[in-house]
Amino acid sequence: MRARILGWLDERMGLSAFYRTVLDRKVPKVNWAFTLGSASLFLAVTQGVTGIFLTVYYVPHPDQAYESVNYITNEVAFGWLIRGIHHWGATLMVIVVFLHMLRTFFYAAYKYPREVTWLTGVFLLLITLGMGFTGYLLPWNQRAYWATTVGTSIAGTVPLLGRFIESVLRGGSDLSALTLARFFSAHIWMLPAALAGLIGIHIYLVIRLGISHIPAEDE
Amino acid sequence: MVGLLGGVIAAVIGLPALGYVLAPALKSTVTDEWVPLAPVESIPVDRPTLYSFTRVQQIGWERTAASYGAYVIRRADGSVTVLSNICTHLACRVSWKDDQRQFVCPCHDGHFAEDGSVLSGPPPRPLDHFDHKVDESGRLLIHLVES
Repeated sequence: MRARILGWLDERMGLSAFYRTVLDRKVPKVNWAFTLGSASLFLAVTQGVTGIFLTVYYVPHPDQAYESVNYITNEVAFGWLIRGIHHWGATLMVIVVFLHMLRTFFYAAYKYPREVTWLTGVFLLLITLGMGFTGYLLPWNQRAYWATTVGTSIAGTVPLLGRFIESVLRGGSDLSALTLARFFSAHIWMLPAALAGLIGIHIYLVIRLGISHIPAEDE
Repeated sequence: MVGLLGGVIAAVIGLPALGYVLAPALKSTVTDEWVPLAPVESIPVDRPTLYSFTRVQQIGWERTAASYGAYVIRRADGSVTVLSNICTHLACRVSWKDDQRQFVCPCHDGHFAEDGSVLSGPPPRPLDHFDHKVDESGRLLIHLVES
């Protein structure tokens, strides 16, 4: 019965071909450092899921952001858990994505034919950092406020364009409700959309090209 | 074995997630208060009159003001009836039409008589009554119970 149902679905959806290509593909002899990409993907998905749950209660308004985060942490059932996973997962994701980049670099896995995979990976690292930067403001506590004041001021030190970049980031000359709203928008819509698209290309390329072996001594 | 493990993982992730989303809905608080409306002597006779008041509640992280309305009908013999202005159909607010001597709900054209009974339209039951009393200084109070 089970085989018949699976067979019926396979004929229409090509599940076994998908399984062979995506999950059962051939890989060279590798080590644990090669799991960092999958770990990054897992963390990205975890951040996405917990982030979606946080929006059930979070309000991106200066009068309510801090209170709503407080409510999530102290009042809602398992709110501490979901916020905790999102908070620590963010830090872990930056570390893991960075280690993934180092692994690729030191094993020279960015070379032909994998340059585009590397390039999308660079943007994925930058977006991950952007997610960390924009998410840090959202609790709207003292640390968040002053970290963003400092962070956007650093952007302001860019020669010539600095002041412009700073006010684009802040939505004006100072931190305000506009800053919180645009950081929220970037954090839950713009950056995740870019992240999801680039992850798709990145993984497609990994599957299409296969992964490189560990370089031998004479290479 | 794999199915069992999958079930455990699904429960470990799913139950907290479900609890998280449902938390405010499962929290029940019953409030019970006597609200003063007006001195009985000042209430018009034989004409349902709307008295409004607001109550502030802590909902989630915010203090929210909810407004209430009660129709008071004082009769010449001194008896008093207090009706809720919430339509029993789908909770729109009814209003008294003096020319028709009826309560009319604007949403789905429900009509109620002066005593709150249903005259026509979709409402399934009469308008709710508030318990009421008159204190020693002659003020009318109604019993506001909320859950």
